[in-house]
Order: sequence, then structure tokens, then C-alpha cells
Amino acid sequence: MMNVHAAPASALPLGPEFASAGLRVGIDIVQISAIADSLVEFGDHFTRRIFTADEIAYAQAAPAQLTQRLAARFAAKEAGFKAFGLSEAGISWRDIEVRKSPDGSCALSFHGLAAQAVERSGCTEIALSLSHDGDYATAMVAAFAPR
Amino acid sequence: METMVDIEPQIRTILAKHARLGAEISTLSASADLYQAGMTSQASVNVMLALEGEFDIEFPDELLKRSVFGSINAIRDAVAGIASS
Repeated sequence: MMNVHAAPASALPLGPEFASAGLRVGIDIVQISAIADSLVEFGDHFTRRIFTADEIAYAQAAPAQLTQRLAARFAAKEAGFKAFGLSEAGISWRDIEVRKSPDGSCALSFHGLAAQAVERSGCTEIALSLSHDGDYATAMVAAFAPR
Repeated sequence: METMVDIEPQIRTILAKHARLGAEISTLSASADLYQAGMTSQASVNVMLALEGEFDIEFPDELLKRSVFGSINAIRDAVAGIASS
């Protein structure tokens, strides 16, 4: 499932590397205790810079899993940045959002410049998978652009 | 406004505390690649948040780039630019 919210057209600081590239993949792994440390050290400053209101609400809905859920979502955002080559695009973490589907699966929703980048990539199929075990959370994003 | 040279010690202190580097910050030059020195993307977030608190600034979205946090020099230039704008 892909959910893209495109911002109004504007100049994108993105180059030809974002032309359709067939198959794209990104992966990231995050230490859950490091996310816990961020929460202790920076509190709302951390959560509000990185996560959307819906992501925060979902994580807070299960206090015992709050840190794991946030860690997995952080990994998903980083995986999304990697899959679409956005590390130098000047895009907020909140512009790549993890949404939970009714069937329990997760998908990425893109906003602003991230949405524009995804549209320019030509990718019509974007898949997300999350996992966590022990002190680690991981996420993988795969995207396909038909030629 | 502090000069760019003045804020380097503060930046080094923040990196020592938050960047999770594999080397002592004192051994790294101002141009050293912090990611190669061990800083992860998650640690760079903590560095950013600490810089915002230390200098009472907010990194605008257009500066949320990997390279902005890639070296002490890059961080110093970004902080100075934000503070002067």
C-alpha cells in the first residue's frame, strides 16, 4: 500500500539520481536503548522533531512497547531515506510517516518534499517491514518503479 | 554572537556526549568525518537536538542533511549560519 501526499510544486534540490531506477531498497537498524536514552535526555523535543502526532499516539497506546515502536519507526524513516536517496535532500523525519493498517501491516506515507521525491522516482509499489528483538529494531523499505 | 572559532569547544563537548564516537573527540580534527568515526544516524539526531538546546536554535528542514552533521567544521558553519539569520 502506498500513500503519497504531494506538496504543491516547488523546486526540488534533487538531481537526476532520482529518475526511475527500477528496484530500490533501504534498510536500517536502531538500538532501542539508544532511543530510550534520547527520550530521557530530550523528551518531547525528540519525539516531536522525529515523529508525527499519529506515530506518537500509536507508540503511547502501548506503554510497555513505546520505545520499541518508536525505534522501529525511526528505523523505517531512515530506511525510507536510503531507499530514495534523500539523505542530502533536506527533508524532515516527519515527512516520512509510518502508518498502521487495519490488518496490522505497516506502510509508509510521504509528505512534502519526500512525497515529491517518491513521485519523481516513478515507484508505484512501496513495501515496508519492521521488526524488533532484544535491544534492536530494524526496518526495510523496498520500492519498485515499472519501466 | 560568538565567533565561529568560539563555538568549536561547545560543539566538541556535545559530540563527546552524544555522538557515540569510537574515538576521543580530542583526537579528531575539525574536518574529520564523524560518521566514519562511529556516529550513527540516531546519534546524529541527538547531536542535533543538543546543538539546538545549547545554541537556542532550530535546524530548518533544508539543513536536515547528513553532510550538515558530518564534521565539526560543517556543524560549526551550520550553527553560525542559523544563529546569524
